[in-house]
Amino acid sequence: MVQYTRIGFDASFAALSDATRRGVLEQLGRADASITDLAERFHMTLTGMKKHVGVLEQAGLVTTEKVGRVRTCKLGLRRLEEEAAWIERYRQLWDARFDELDKVVEELKRKEKVDGRKRE
Amino acid sequence: MDGRESEPTPMKNRTTVERKSERELVVTRTFNGPARIVFEAWTKPELLKRWWAPKSTGVSLLSCEADVRVGGRYRLEFGHEASKPMAFFGRYIEVTPHSRLVWTNDESDDGAVTTVTFEEKGGKTLLVMHELYPSKEALDGAIAGMESGMPETFAQLDELLVTLGASVGRS
Repeated sequence: MVQYTRIGFDASFAALSDATRRGVLEQLGRADASITDLAERFHMTLTGMKKHVGVLEQAGLVTTEKVGRVRTCKLGLRRLEEEAAWIERYRQLWDARFDELDKVVEELKRKEKVDGRKRE
Repeated sequence: MDGRESEPTPMKNRTTVERKSERELVVTRTFNGPARIVFEAWTKPELLKRWWAPKSTGVSLLSCEADVRVGGRYRLEFGHEASKPMAFFGRYIEVTPHSRLVWTNDESDDGAVTTVTFEEKGGKTLLVMHELYPSKEALDGAIAGMESGMPETFAQLDELLVTLGASVGRS
């Protein structure tokens, strides 16, 4: 697992060391795009862009899907990692709230017991 | 044996959050008390405000109004110290004592509809909070955070990769 993670990070690091690839990620952050679109936007040959996308794909930063003759690229794992991090922060917020709510529940339970005794 | 260990320490119940679908988030938690008590803590403003903004979040609750009946409105105002308050508001569309609460989140058109159910079993209450967003984009937007632009996210990723790269180099 550690090994696997390390390979992942090394690949991400290498993928981000190139200005064009960072530009591609920025572009895909705005909208999905085909390899042809990306090649045009970055003034590159189709083959050159395919290589860049391949590096990003290996790093898990981009996923591609071929529909008919067009290969569409979108943001990959990174997006999922962000979502997982957000969900964990959201969980921590509710966990903190619920810890306080536990105290309110305990207090109400005690109060109910005392009131119950008074009525007897 | 340490004396402290003999004190009964109630086990802390776990809070879970899951994205159930493109449009739904589900939060669950069990409480060590009957549903009528947990429900009360959600529906009396003076109790609600005691737990909604825990100190650890660094945000304080400036005001808390909740008219918990069908059609009734709520408004919670938060503030980071002295900065301008942030308000959450909406209305209750379903109120079934001790078992179910449904309200809208009207801060934006992309606000979710929140359903909270209280299910009592053996003196404990399972609480399920279900948030249904109007679209996948609305939930994605909530997760991405309205103001968090791509450049900042990139800066964070770069920072992370530099840190990790450095630690890999050391080993």
